[in-house]
Amino acid sequence: MARIELTVDGAQVSDDVEPRMLLVQYLREKLGKTGTVIGCDTSNCGACTVHLDGRSVKSCNVLAVQANGHEVTTIEGLAEPGSLHAMQEAFHECHALQCGFCTPGMIMQSVDLLNDNPNPSEDEIRNGLEGNLCRCTGYHNIVRAVQAAAAAGATTAQPAAEKVEA
Amino acid sequence: MTATQDAPASVTEIGRDRRRKEDQRLITGRTRWTDNIQLPGMLHMAMVRSPFAHAKITAIDTSAAKAATNVVAVYTGKDLDESAGVLINAWAITTDQVAPDHPPIPADRVSFAGEIVAVVVARTPAEARDAAELVDVDYEELPAALDLKEAAEDKVLAHPDLGTNKSALWVFDSGEAGTGGNVEDAISKARTDGILIEREYRQQRLIPAFMEPRSVVVDPTGEQLTMWSATQIPHILRFALAATTGVPESKIRVIAPDVGGGFGGKLQVTPEEWTAWWVARQVHKPVKYTETRSESLMAAHHGRDQWQKLTLAAEKDGSVTGLKVELLADLGSHVAIVGGGVPVLGAFMFNSIYKFPAYHFACQTVLTNKTWTDAYRGAGRPEATYAIERLMDELAVELGVDPLEVREKNWIKHEEFPFTTVAGLEYDSGNYEEATAKAKANFGYDELRAEQKRRRDENDPVQLGIGVSTFTEMCGLAPSRVLGQLNYGAGGWEHASVRMLPTGTVEVVTGASAHGQGHETAFSQIVADRLGVRFEDVEILHGDTQVSHKGLDTYGSRSLVVGGEALVKAADKVIEKAKPIAAHMLEANVDDIEFKEGRLGVRGTDQGVALAEVAMAAFAAHDLPDGVEPTLDSDATYDPVNFNFPHGTHLCAVEVDTETGQVKMRKYTCVDDIGNVINPLIVAGQVHGGLMQGIAQALFEEAVHDESGTLVSASFVDYLVPTAADTISFDVDHNTTPSLTNTLGTKGVGEAGTIASTPAVVNAVVDAVRAFGVSDIQMPCTPERVWRAIHAGDAGGADPTTGGAAPHFDESTGHEGQTDRTDGAGQ
Ligand code: FES
Ligand code: FES
Repeated sequence: MARIELTVDGAQVSDDVEPRMLLVQYLREKLGKTGTVIGCDTSNCGACTVHLDGRSVKSCNVLAVQANGHEVTTIEGLAEPGSLHAMQEAFHECHALQCGFCTPGMIMQSVDLLNDNPNPSEDEIRNGLEGNLCRCTGYHNIVRAVQAAAAAGATTAQPAAEKVEA
Repeated sequence: MTATQDAPASVTEIGRDRRRKEDQRLITGRTRWTDNIQLPGMLHMAMVRSPFAHAKITAIDTSAAKAATNVVAVYTGKDLDESAGVLINAWAITTDQVAPDHPPIPADRVSFAGEIVAVVVARTPAEARDAAELVDVDYEELPAALDLKEAAEDKVLAHPDLGTNKSALWVFDSGEAGTGGNVEDAISKARTDGILIEREYRQQRLIPAFMEPRSVVVDPTGEQLTMWSATQIPHILRFALAATTGVPESKIRVIAPDVGGGFGGKLQVTPEEWTAWWVARQVHKPVKYTETRSESLMAAHHGRDQWQKLTLAAEKDGSVTGLKVELLADLGSHVAIVGGGVPVLGAFMFNSIYKFPAYHFACQTVLTNKTWTDAYRGAGRPEATYAIERLMDELAVELGVDPLEVREKNWIKHEEFPFTTVAGLEYDSGNYEEATAKAKANFGYDELRAEQKRRRDENDPVQLGIGVSTFTEMCGLAPSRVLGQLNYGAGGWEHASVRMLPTGTVEVVTGASAHGQGHETAFSQIVADRLGVRFEDVEILHGDTQVSHKGLDTYGSRSLVVGGEALVKAADKVIEKAKPIAAHMLEANVDDIEFKEGRLGVRGTDQGVALAEVAMAAFAAHDLPDGVEPTLDSDATYDPVNFNFPHGTHLCAVEVDTETGQVKMRKYTCVDDIGNVINPLIVAGQVHGGLMQGIAQALFEEAVHDESGTLVSASFVDYLVPTAADTISFDVDHNTTPSLTNTLGTKGVGEAGTIASTPAVVNAVVDAVRAFGVSDIQMPCTPERVWRAIHAGDAGGADPTTGGAAPHFDESTGHEGQTDRTDGAGQ
């Protein structure tokens, strides 16, 4: 067991974890952050995407211990409770989700994409989302949503103010 | 008394592009996936699975696993008793269908690689998985029936006890059925004095690959045993548990919470569910099982997998005179819940939109030692549409005419509806001419044909191909009577309840069970219009048998056309119940009460009351007319008399690099006729996603097994679900002829895109390289296959795919190469 301390969605948390525990397992099983989901076992689907110090990572590809001392933002902390991040808004407006299983990861990756490139072309959006699979939407409306969010000037993740008792 | 409330705005909800009600929880991560559920004392299961396609289990040593930390129990097939039940097939397509028994865990023999041989129960998922590694199984490998054609010849038996791999032969003949002529006559005439097209096409094996892995939780501690499952079919699941495990149906509650996609892949009763059900009753504690992606790809049912032998007979002028279809369909190791019924659903669709005078269909279903197969988006109809739309292109080539011209020559003209087809179905409405004209205009058909000619003339290394697919499908599974004639084990009705709450909001219960389709939004729109209440005031409840006690769930594009109609009927009953109470309140004659836009008024006056007021009056029940029940709540169960038949014209342009075999989508245009549209936004989404899955079959996906029967494509590294970078945006439009088989005039849309797009894409690829002497390329049309076809001048894709079905031919990865999509994934 190893002791880790980190910030998740604005809240300080600390736990003893097995060294092999994945960040996504830590988020789901220890913190109850079930908004972040697991879609594969080969780091191909992107369903588990979160931000680590503001950059997107696949949380199934990071050990919980590697997040020690860092700051993690999940879909649950992307906006303050009761409000939506511009990217969440855009996904809703553009009908960029159906079953919604890929959606948390897709939104987190899209935010990262615009942070890197506030004015992406359709090709740049498609390439930037290549690591995130969606089986429902055919990506058509996801591309629209990212374009809409870009037009609305959504570039940075709003720091989460949520206070969580871990 | 007069109305005190404002009448609701008279904007109609039907047809509005309402944003979805279900989005809020999904975009913020407040979701209820089955795997999110945690219950006090919950235990976790991990499966031990067979690495062999066919083997005897000679011994299983569970002692080390049982001794591992925090392991509670380990069970094998030998431990199961009668209360474990069996997995059922609900559709024996013939009365003499051969089917092996299907216990959740076999005791002595495994029949596909991935079958469960033991289950470990532990306090954490990690401990269960670790202990599963400690289970020691001795196998004696048996020869496996893997190749479909060889299996059909009984060379190796998938289940030696059965004595054959042949499960059922299902035949339809228009001569015998009296719906048309004799196909053999048409063929012999065409052989001497007409055109005969004979082809064999392969429908490769696909994997539904819903994004949420299957998960099941069973809680045996309550008065009712509760199962949460990532399923499309909570009601059918409950029925099957009761029917096979000895637990009374009234003691079973099944909940399908948020379900992350299905596409037919979660239309199943599974060994994993049955195992969890049994284990929970042994350990008397809640248990959970969530599969890994590789388990999902290996053990959740697959789709398609057919060989299609096709003979099309035509006059010299291109008028088709007959079609003969002989199918071999791979069932895999067991006959799944719909199983052999999937190709039979295609039996009525090979004749598609055309007026063929003679038709013969025969399908032999075959058992093999591969993963079982069942419904995957379209279920039988994509296979049929692919076959006929590929053949119509071949006929056009034979005639030297445009592929749309030969289709028009044979299709049903709009003034000929209703039209009874050679397969015996009555098509109610459609307009193929209009949809096609619109699609051609949107696509820029003539311009693209001109560009194609230019590139051909210039010997451009990048050739342009244009593919056509004019599809139709039957959807809305239902008509119970028809399903009965087909020997299907259940009906096809759907149920709805409308509850008028005293404070003016409306609770609607549906037996349909959504998993991404947006029922909560579209159904709210229907009820809001029908009852004249606000969209926001309607709450749609579904997916829990304790709330929605009656239903037949969601598949076969049935939710709107069957479930939506049940809603309409229930809502109409509410209004009828409200009328005598309103008449009493208004001191009027009940015959003078009319309902309009949420108000019950006295005809010819401005006297009236809002429906909500009547609901309140019924709730208080202080002053109701004699003999009137104090409720407006109403139920309806709707069973349609016919299917409905969406159709459309799909046009696809691809660029094929003849030097690398690379296929690039250039443009995709479709004009679908799905009748009246409730929510255009949701419809467009269904079309986009459907198109992508059909395109994926054409270009990317294939479940590949090695020669020992191991699934090679058992991860997303090798099973190539397309990414955003693999495709383009679509040009989606509609042409509307309302369905005449339901009052809303709607037709199904969930499967249309998938059914139509596969042949459009393959026709385009073949069209691009036809000048090289190519007349077919086996799916998926990988760069390797396309390149080989060009260079061999034949149907280059005849070899089975080796390694992964690589979508991107890249010299650096070679012919066996696969795209590793972890690159650029934000790591
Ligand atoms: S779960 Fe992390 S990439 Fe699939
Ligand atoms: S919305 Fe279902 S997988 Fe993307």
